[in-house]
Amino acid sequence: MRPPRTRRRHRAARPAALVLALILFGSLYAAFVPSTQVAADTGMSGQVAEGKALYQVTCSSCHGLNGEGTSQGPTLVGVGAAAVDFQMSTGRMPMARPGMQAPSRVNTYTAEEIAAISAYVASLGPGPAVPNSSQYDYSTLTEEEIARGGEMFRTNCSACHQAAGVGGALPNGKYAPPLTGVEPLHIYEAMRTGPQQMPVFSEGAIPDEDVAAIIGYLKTMEEQPTLGFTLGGFGPVTEGLAVWVVGIGGLCLVAVWIASRGALKR
Amino acid sequence: MARPADVVPTPAAPEPRDTTGASAAPPQRTMPRGTTWLDERMGLAKIGKAGLRKVFPDHWSFLLGEIALYSFIVLLITGIFLTIWFRPSMAEIEYTGTYELMRGRHVSEAFASALDISFDVRGGLLVRQIHHWAALLFVAAITAHMLRVFFTGAFRKPREINWLIGVGLMATSLIAGFSGYSLPDDLLSGTGLRFVDGLIRSIPVVGTWLEFFVFGGQFPGELLISRLYMVHILLVPAVILGLISAHLALVVYHKHTQFPGPGRTEANVVGYPLFPVYMAKAGGFFFIVFGALILMAATMSINQVWLYGPYNPAAVTAGSQPDWYMGWLEGALRLIPPGWESHWGNTTWTWSVFLPGVGLMGLLFTVLALWPFVEAKLLGDTSEHHLLDRPRNAPTRTALGVAGMTCYGMFWLNGANDIIATQFNVSLNAVTMSIRVLVFVMPVIAFFVTKRICLSLQRADRERVLHGSESGVLVRDPAGGYAEGHAPISQGEAFTLTQHKQYEPLEASETEDEHGVRRRDPNAVSGFTARMSRWFVGDDVRKPTAAELEEAHHHEDASDDDMPRQLV
Repeated sequence: MRPPRTRRRHRAARPAALVLALILFGSLYAAFVPSTQVAADTGMSGQVAEGKALYQVTCSSCHGLNGEGTSQGPTLVGVGAAAVDFQMSTGRMPMARPGMQAPSRVNTYTAEEIAAISAYVASLGPGPAVPNSSQYDYSTLTEEEIARGGEMFRTNCSACHQAAGVGGALPNGKYAPPLTGVEPLHIYEAMRTGPQQMPVFSEGAIPDEDVAAIIGYLKTMEEQPTLGFTLGGFGPVTEGLAVWVVGIGGLCLVAVWIASRGALKR
Repeated sequence: MARPADVVPTPAAPEPRDTTGASAAPPQRTMPRGTTWLDERMGLAKIGKAGLRKVFPDHWSFLLGEIALYSFIVLLITGIFLTIWFRPSMAEIEYTGTYELMRGRHVSEAFASALDISFDVRGGLLVRQIHHWAALLFVAAITAHMLRVFFTGAFRKPREINWLIGVGLMATSLIAGFSGYSLPDDLLSGTGLRFVDGLIRSIPVVGTWLEFFVFGGQFPGELLISRLYMVHILLVPAVILGLISAHLALVVYHKHTQFPGPGRTEANVVGYPLFPVYMAKAGGFFFIVFGALILMAATMSINQVWLYGPYNPAAVTAGSQPDWYMGWLEGALRLIPPGWESHWGNTTWTWSVFLPGVGLMGLLFTVLALWPFVEAKLLGDTSEHHLLDRPRNAPTRTALGVAGMTCYGMFWLNGANDIIATQFNVSLNAVTMSIRVLVFVMPVIAFFVTKRICLSLQRADRERVLHGSESGVLVRDPAGGYAEGHAPISQGEAFTLTQHKQYEPLEASETEDEHGVRRRDPNAVSGFTARMSRWFVGDDVRKPTAAELEEAHHHEDASDDDMPRQLV
């Protein structure tokens, strides 16, 4: 009678089998799903790899490890490099704290870092690219074209951003931010990518030369000399405040002075 | 001052032509030659005799109405300047003026001429801005003046009709302001017109017909600017001028009210004569008001129509608000939950536009117009009043006024809810929802707080009359106790604090006589009036009676003997 074999297999047999099976399934998977993803991964440039590393540190907690989105943030597949460039260069992303809307802040990232993350996000899916400056250059536009940009601004933009571009309120704590002092590049990117509450104005709806005209209108309006104190450009609300405080208030002070000059006061 | 020329005393009617000045001995040369010349032709001396010595009392709040009058004069002067260049037409033309951001755009002639006035007419922008600031100041001054009249009870008999004229002036000034605001045909004012279009259409049954009547077809049509122009430069100014004349004529007839004080009674007016004192004061104030308006117009830009652009029904701008005096209606419309509508037969009743828009405006002016009569009824008061109330001495009226102002203020605040949301980083919905509650709660709080403050002030007055003024010197007596001496107040101050009439709540009169027959008494007080009367004056703190005053003085003499007199 043979003695009972307490150790029928080599102790490494089980792990070895597991590794073997993994390799086998991995190879099978690779063989049956020969995706571009894999090709892209293999051909990942240095910039994209750098971007991915940065992405995983700064963005992934809300947008997911692979940009698939979580309950905290939307997916970034297909948003394009322009969206990343806009959100990060204006300091809106990464968000300081959760809220209805990300306010613009001072951007602490370098242009290279933002370009790297943009390249990585662009590699996740096709989307609007960061434009080159000729696409929104308004310096060659005539006065008439810029005036036409004003009309398009009033038709498409002023309902939220206000006629003078000082911004306006939207429901539930959302808002349209002021447009004064915003880079032409960022205005272009915002129109194409529709950040936060803003709708997307695609190339088919507003072609590049019209975007340039709108940007030209905004920038020319900013350069106009302000005629005295503009009271914030808010229109009748601050004008009404001024007439009560400065007008009635000031004249009442004068009235007190006028009525106090006399022997028979009161 | 020049004395009026000696004129033969005028005999009783029929009034003869006064030819004595020319035929009699040469007039005494107490007047300058030019004045005499005018007197001989227009009877200036008589007018001057009555008018120049007219006395006006001094108080800063009496000048609020003058601010309104002077801004109206400024409005007339600057308005004439603007009419020279303004073209009230909605015809579309290509803008070819100086403002490059609008060049080549198709705009209405009215808008183009508004831009021309702003950029191409010398001094045009300044005058446009003076006109707009003056318009805002005009309505603001009328409002402030009306509040002064309300809180001091200057609307009481015999001035009820003048109060009604004032209410009419207030309403007309709103029309004047709104029609002028709409004339430049810019995006902001066009949005305001759309708002008014909605108000008109919300009037049940006849709304749509009225819209077609006003706009000459569907909004915006092509007629409105020229129609508004007529209203703004002809109709409304004529009405305002007429009402102002009547308002001032009645002020002269009634004589000005005055605050109570020693020597001031219901039968006199204590103050300075028109000539020379008030002519200088009022005339000087005109130039100060005009100067202040020029200063505001020169330093603060207002209604930058070139930024808003021409009106286009398809466009709108965020932060669209009307001028301040329409802000409370705008706020009410933003406040009311939308979609409240009923359909009866084939008519539509849009309550969520009609009630806040048309209803509130009607309510405000009805309450204002009725108030003098309601108050007289509640007090059973048929006497004349030329001495003003100190607001504390009419606690319920003062409290009601403050409650009304608070309610108005809440609506007003909500008219700017989007500006508040963006500037203070709060949610637009949170602002609106809180004001929906506050518009009901705050007036009630304001009423009770104001009434309590008034009653406390009345009580303090009573204490002051009875016990004098606190000397601020604490004295320790030999037993270790502390006491503060009181200095008696002056006779004049005591008079001022006690001169007001103490109203008693009305008692309901018997409805039946001793035989059980219903009385027909036109002066009968109903149970409801009696209850309202008790609510209105029942809480007033009683002013000290002569006996109480006497007793208080005795008490002082008796108990304060040990107080060192020299301290107080």
